[in-house]
Amino acid sequence: MAYTAEKPRIAPPRSVLETSIVGWGVDLDPRNRPGVPKENFNPRGTGAHWDFPERQIPRYRREMSTEHKFLTPVFGTVCPPKGLSGVLRRFAYKLSEGRLAHWNLLVLADRVDVIESRIGALFRLRPDNAVSEIGLKAEIERHGLRSRLGQRRADTKHLPIDILFFTGTTLATVAAIAAAGIGVARLASARRKRGLARLLG
Amino acid sequence: MRAMVYRGPYRVRVEEKPIPAIEHPNDAIVRVTRAAICGSDLHLYHGLIPDTRVGMTFGHEFVGVVEAVGSSVQKLKKGDRVMVPFNICCGSCFWCARELYSNCQNTNPNATAVGAIYGYSHTCGGYDGGQAEYVRVPFADVGPMKVPDWLSDDDAVLFTDALPTGYQGAEMGDIKEGDVVVVFGAGPVGLFAAKSAWLMGAGRVIVVDHLDYRLDLAKSFAQAETVNFTQVDDLVLLIKKTTDYLGADVCIEAVGAEADGSLFQVLAANKLKLQGGSPVALNWAIDCVRKVGTVSVVGVFGPIFSAVKFGDAVNKGLTIRANQCSVKRHWPRLLEHVKNGLIKPSAVVTHRIPLEEIAEGYHMFASKLDNCVKPLVAPSAALAA
Repeated sequence: MAYTAEKPRIAPPRSVLETSIVGWGVDLDPRNRPGVPKENFNPRGTGAHWDFPERQIPRYRREMSTEHKFLTPVFGTVCPPKGLSGVLRRFAYKLSEGRLAHWNLLVLADRVDVIESRIGALFRLRPDNAVSEIGLKAEIERHGLRSRLGQRRADTKHLPIDILFFTGTTLATVAAIAAAGIGVARLASARRKRGLARLLG
Repeated sequence: MRAMVYRGPYRVRVEEKPIPAIEHPNDAIVRVTRAAICGSDLHLYHGLIPDTRVGMTFGHEFVGVVEAVGSSVQKLKKGDRVMVPFNICCGSCFWCARELYSNCQNTNPNATAVGAIYGYSHTCGGYDGGQAEYVRVPFADVGPMKVPDWLSDDDAVLFTDALPTGYQGAEMGDIKEGDVVVVFGAGPVGLFAAKSAWLMGAGRVIVVDHLDYRLDLAKSFAQAETVNFTQVDDLVLLIKKTTDYLGADVCIEAVGAEADGSLFQVLAANKLKLQGGSPVALNWAIDCVRKVGTVSVVGVFGPIFSAVKFGDAVNKGLTIRANQCSVKRHWPRLLEHVKNGLIKPSAVVTHRIPLEEIAEGYHMFASKLDNCVKPLVAPSAALAA
């Protein structure tokens, strides 16, 4: 037991494991395990036929971590930074990965990106559809009720919070559009009043 | 081409996108025949990973056929059927040269703390992923491998992430003959980790989860003992009693950022984004393992801090091994095991979904509906073929 030198014997003997478990022990010897040792210096065995890769040419000022000496020779090019979210992202990348603000700014930019994209989608006549994008049809086709009721699942406890959070960005977008609309209306009204006042002298 | 596109937390849809172009001489363009949704894709789907941009295509698990190659590609040609590791790796940096491909320095400009991964936000390099009809595959001479004729697409797609990740999870545990191994998480990675633990000579393998249908698969596929943590008062105490108060020799954490089991952690980490991920399963692993045991972590967490019981880890003298899997390093050995009938990777597949229904697929997978364990996705052309 744990209170004496002997290790507690709580596993079946090897003879039982070998006959009852498919493939038991084929990689018992660490020499059969491909990840052992952790570092295996094998630069000619990777498939690379270069010491340093040829450089990909950036088509825009590619954002990069301050913890890189230079832009990596190869990089992804999808979704370049744009709009206000892009401004936030470029600012975030001035901070190192060790700074919490770097990550929090990127998360903030993500949320701003969603609102900008929802508004942009309206103008492109390809509006977002909450029902289809959330995949709510699956609740019926994939037995939402049966999958949750009477099951011993830990996540049904926070289902109301889940629903609140995944409708949250829709509410935020609507609030942003409403606030912008109210602001524009007030500005127009104030301008009209000033113009009228000037006219009446 | 048709491609899945992220529209914000909990929202995806399929849109027309341009077919990716060759952007580097060692690129290949692969026409996807089979892709998968990974449990870690759900962290992106839920908005947990910083710098996840609207318009990105997710999907780091895919197989397909080479449609075009760049001018310096030597190993592949148009028409080759390939499986592609989820790591985008150059083969020549400090880490790739040591076969630590998941830590490549030359492919992710946005962060040094993680290597580049297909379709996994700009934090992982800003590459589109394979939940689409076509995908750009950098360093085609390094990452992809031709799929052996005897291996089906459904099995091959599990080679791109889940199977080698589960195997590496067990491998990092440094399992010795007769060890008691506790695996947290009965998703595909946890199931493969449990199976691999037996291959490495474990004496007992116990899988912990809260979903009974996944625990049933752990019994049938991985021949493991199972515990539903919602049915026990104190999981740590149960493991201690099971091991005659020693503790497990090895604990493998295969849950990651969205570990359930504590409403407080779900709120703080997953909803309010105050942590990189819910550390519930990781803390259980630290508590359940014996003193001077090993905790192996393959669950994915975000880049900011999480409230981990590090004092216990120190005081117990634990070895903690953690990394994204260096996939292609494990392929030769795993191909042997699959060919010899020791593992059937596609046994964990429960759903096959056309790309056009991917929104429903994500919702089903995220909400754990219809006994979903592993959903595969195929573009319509691939399904028709």
